[in-house]
Amino acid sequence: MSTMTYAGTAVEVDAEGFMIDPSQWNEDVAAAIAAEAGIGELSDRHLQVVHFMRDRYLESGTAPSIRTLGKASGVPIKELYELFPKGPAKLAAKIAGIPKPRGCI
Amino acid sequence: MSTQENGDASEPIAKVSIIVSKGSLEGIYPGLIMANGARMEGIEANLFFTFFGLDAISRAKHEHVKVATVGNPGLHLSTWAGGIPGVSAFVTHKLAEEMEKLDIPPIPEFVEMIAESGAGLYACKASVDLFGLDKEDFVDEVTDVITVGEFYGLAAGGQIIFT
Repeated sequence: MSTMTYAGTAVEVDAEGFMIDPSQWNEDVAAAIAAEAGIGELSDRHLQVVHFMRDRYLESGTAPSIRTLGKASGVPIKELYELFPKGPAKLAAKIAGIPKPRGCI
Repeated sequence: MSTQENGDASEPIAKVSIIVSKGSLEGIYPGLIMANGARMEGIEANLFFTFFGLDAISRAKHEHVKVATVGNPGLHLSTWAGGIPGVSAFVTHKLAEEMEKLDIPPIPEFVEMIAESGAGLYACKASVDLFGLDKEDFVDEVTDVITVGEFYGLAAGGQIIFT
């Protein structure tokens, strides 16, 4: 575990850079993590996915699967991969300030 | 051990080509899960369906894939019991229920999801010819019917996984 500073906010992250405490998150932190991950500026569509992931995680304690993301986030799977080419579920979780998803699907 | 060109542990896997050769439920899912999992990691993925593995992408059969309950020691069910009519359907149904709880989609939906994720789906020409099929017999997500040689061409520069 280490501390990173994103947009002036100190946050605790794991070895792979996933935030440990989602309450330390805000949209400026998200933008800084996205820039670091090579996503560039976050569009409304990116943010729609990010907020959906956060809400689901905060509600249920687990990150949604890619299947659920595709069905319920309002962003279809094809577009998810266009928004987050290096892996939508993981990258969106990282930007959403929640722990790394552990699911296989 | 000598150095392998594709075996450097420090080099992340960039591309996988997965062969699905079996037509039972337990024969098809591992390849689909690995292909979907590859795309989730940002790894390029191709799926190549051969022999009874073609059932996974067959319009007529992809909704009716069953667990093999005969000759499947992993089920710990005696062969005579596994052969009773309805047992295979029952075991398949129970497994499908458990999979749904884990958010693992049924085969037709899973194939669609994997195609949407940008993976290539291919049918093996030798098997297609052998079974007297053509491209129309497969779901729309199937990119093409290709030869083994073309498969190796697609797989070049990546890892090949046979299931």
